Amino acid sequence: MMEFSTWDILRNLLLAARWTVVLSLVSFLGGGIVGALLLFLRIGGNRVLTAFTRYYVELFQGTPLLMQLFLAFFGLGLFGINVPAWLAAGIALVLWTAAFLAEIWRGCVEAVARGQWEASASLGMGYVQQMRYVILPQALKVAIPPTVGFSVQVVKGTALTSIIGFVELSKAGTVVTNATFQPFTVYGLVALIYFALCWPLSKSSQALERKLNAAHRNH
Amino acid sequence: MPLIEITDVRKRFGENEVLKGIDLDVKPGEVIAIIGKSGSGKSTLLRCINGLETIDGGSISVAGSQLLPDEVHLKALRLKVGMIFQQFNLFPHLTAGGNVILSQTVVKKTPKPEAAAMARKMLERVGLAEKFDAYPDELSGGQQQRVAIARALAMQPIALLCDEVTSALDPELVAEVLAVVRELAAEGMTLLMVTHEMKFARDVCSRVVFMHQGRVHEIGPPEDVFAKPKTPELKQFLGVQ
Amino acid sequence: MNYAFSFSWLTEYYPVLLKGILITIELIAVGGLFGVALGTACAWARALGPAWLKPLVSAYVELIRNTPFLIQLFFIFFGLPSLGLRLSELEAANLAMVVNLGAYSCEIVRAGIQATPRGQFEAGASLAMSPIQTFRYVVLVPALQRIWPALSSQVVIVMLGSAVVSQIAAEDLTFAANFIQSRSFRAFEAYFVTTAIYLALAILLRRALAGIGAMIFARRPAR
Ligand SMILES: Nc1ncnc2c1ncn2[C@@H]1O[C@H](COP(=O)(O)OP(=O)(O)O)[C@@H](O)[C@H]1O
Ligand SMILES: [Mg+2]
Repeated sequence: MMEFSTWDILRNLLLAARWTVVLSLVSFLGGGIVGALLLFLRIGGNRVLTAFTRYYVELFQGTPLLMQLFLAFFGLGLFGINVPAWLAAGIALVLWTAAFLAEIWRGCVEAVARGQWEASASLGMGYVQQMRYVILPQALKVAIPPTVGFSVQVVKGTALTSIIGFVELSKAGTVVTNATFQPFTVYGLVALIYFALCWPLSKSSQALERKLNAAHRNH
Repeated sequence: MPLIEITDVRKRFGENEVLKGIDLDVKPGEVIAIIGKSGSGKSTLLRCINGLETIDGGSISVAGSQLLPDEVHLKALRLKVGMIFQQFNLFPHLTAGGNVILSQTVVKKTPKPEAAAMARKMLERVGLAEKFDAYPDELSGGQQQRVAIARALAMQPIALLCDEVTSALDPELVAEVLAVVRELAAEGMTLLMVTHEMKFARDVCSRVVFMHQGRVHEIGPPEDVFAKPKTPELKQFLGVQ
Repeated sequence: MNYAFSFSWLTEYYPVLLKGILITIELIAVGGLFGVALGTACAWARALGPAWLKPLVSAYVELIRNTPFLIQLFFIFFGLPSLGLRLSELEAANLAMVVNLGAYSCEIVRAGIQATPRGQFEAGASLAMSPIQTFRYVVLVPALQRIWPALSSQVVIVMLGSAVVSQIAAEDLTFAANFIQSRSFRAFEAYFVTTAIYLALAILLRRALAGIGAMIFARRPAR
């Protein structure tokens, strides 16, 4: 049996962590785009589309991400293609992220004071103009802290893709543990790497939120 | 022997010295009104006597026991001195009765039935016997303040501190609260009250303290303080030339 | 796509699913109860506790909130035995749920405590209550009432997150699904049905928590 130093373990984990980062970025960006789409369907005023997005969100927020991964993996498999794990992981995470972001952003749009709608309407603006020039710019400011905050959930969510066989940080943790028989050290290090990825995001979300609150008080 | 002895009490918030050496002795059964401009330190003085603020100098003693900032001494002091706040501060999750019962059972370990009986008695004393099961948000401001008084009385304090107890009330509700306070004074309760009700102070109080910039600026019986103010500051405060 | 869906396996395997459902319910019952209790204790410590305790609680909360539940679970189940703490699959799963929910509910409950008006603390103090008594009898119930919706959402999130305990072979609902798909070769259908059950559990749990909240915070006369 080979001897592993802590450094060997760490190096292997860090190499795998690159895939955690890539998958997080893809999920977050893709989820952002789909989420924005859902948001506009939701607030666009069409009753059918509003209902659709409501059920979409309810479905993705009401079921385990792990199940969504399984369904993506085995569901795509039904089409006869041999689905690579990264594809199923990417699709499931994008759809899951989109549901949460759409819901967060809807809250932000609804938080814009009623008076703003009325004021912009009284200036003769149409719905699209109201959105474009009055509501969204204000909603955007409020949306930044919780959006950054949710990115932490995305990074942590990628850990589940190890279960369908995508090799990222968590999967590497299991592989390295099986090779070294040092679960305490390995999973400890894995946790620390996740922490190093997530903590700055958490902190900046909190800092942004504080800044936003301070700005609001000065109005 | 005075019931409350306040000797050279000093209190500062950062650079801001709010109490600059207060001396005041209160005899048992005395009713003292504290008047003065906003920011002159009236609330801070009452809060110091109740141990809600720690003092930076001087001493306060109540019925012979010294106010010290540890939990045992604070508890002993607060059992002797009750406090009524401008904002009532009723516990919103408890009924009027529950508000009056709570500290009896928790602090004094009074059995629940006895505490409830006491609560009924005290609510009756403030004219709210029928509101035993009402929640604070179902009561008017005046009623809430009377529950707060009943809550303090149930602990059987030997003195009550009242900080502008009618200032948060609509004008038509002031009288019902003052009537309760007047009753307490008549029954011999020692009262130390910050108030803007000058007529009430004149009628009920044995002495009036005028505070100005963290000091006791003038003190005396109401007929002297109100009719013959000596200092220009008190004259200005009372609006007499 | 020429795939014929089939759910006939259900007749044979529904007891497996039922057992999995029960374990998942057990996990969230234990995790919810003890997790919220732990979180409340931590919230007290962080908002009102002694100075030496605060950094410890902060470290715990930050560590848990910024690492995946799966890794916490692996660390407890595979890592802790090297410190001499060997737990069964179910014990490890329960512990992980409690520890995880404890950290999240700490932050939620703390927000509720911090929203308490200062006058409430002062009223408690002026009635000679100790800080702990004021916390327990005056502050806690309104604080919990304030944050009950947020806390309920978090409990639901943790229940859905519990699906990963199948990875240490705790025999929860997802474990049942894995078992069924490996026997019946009906992976998609097995996970589809399981997902539907999770959705139903999430909806029921939300209702149950709303009901529990209504019970805890119901107005009742003092006796
Ligand atoms: N907690 C506090 N921190 C800092 N300054 C305070 C605090 N409480 C009171 N002060 C200051 O102390 C002064 C006296 O306040 P207070 O006793 O409330 O006056 P009054 O009741 O006579 O209006 C004011 O200048 C006020 O700003
Ligand atoms: Mg004041």
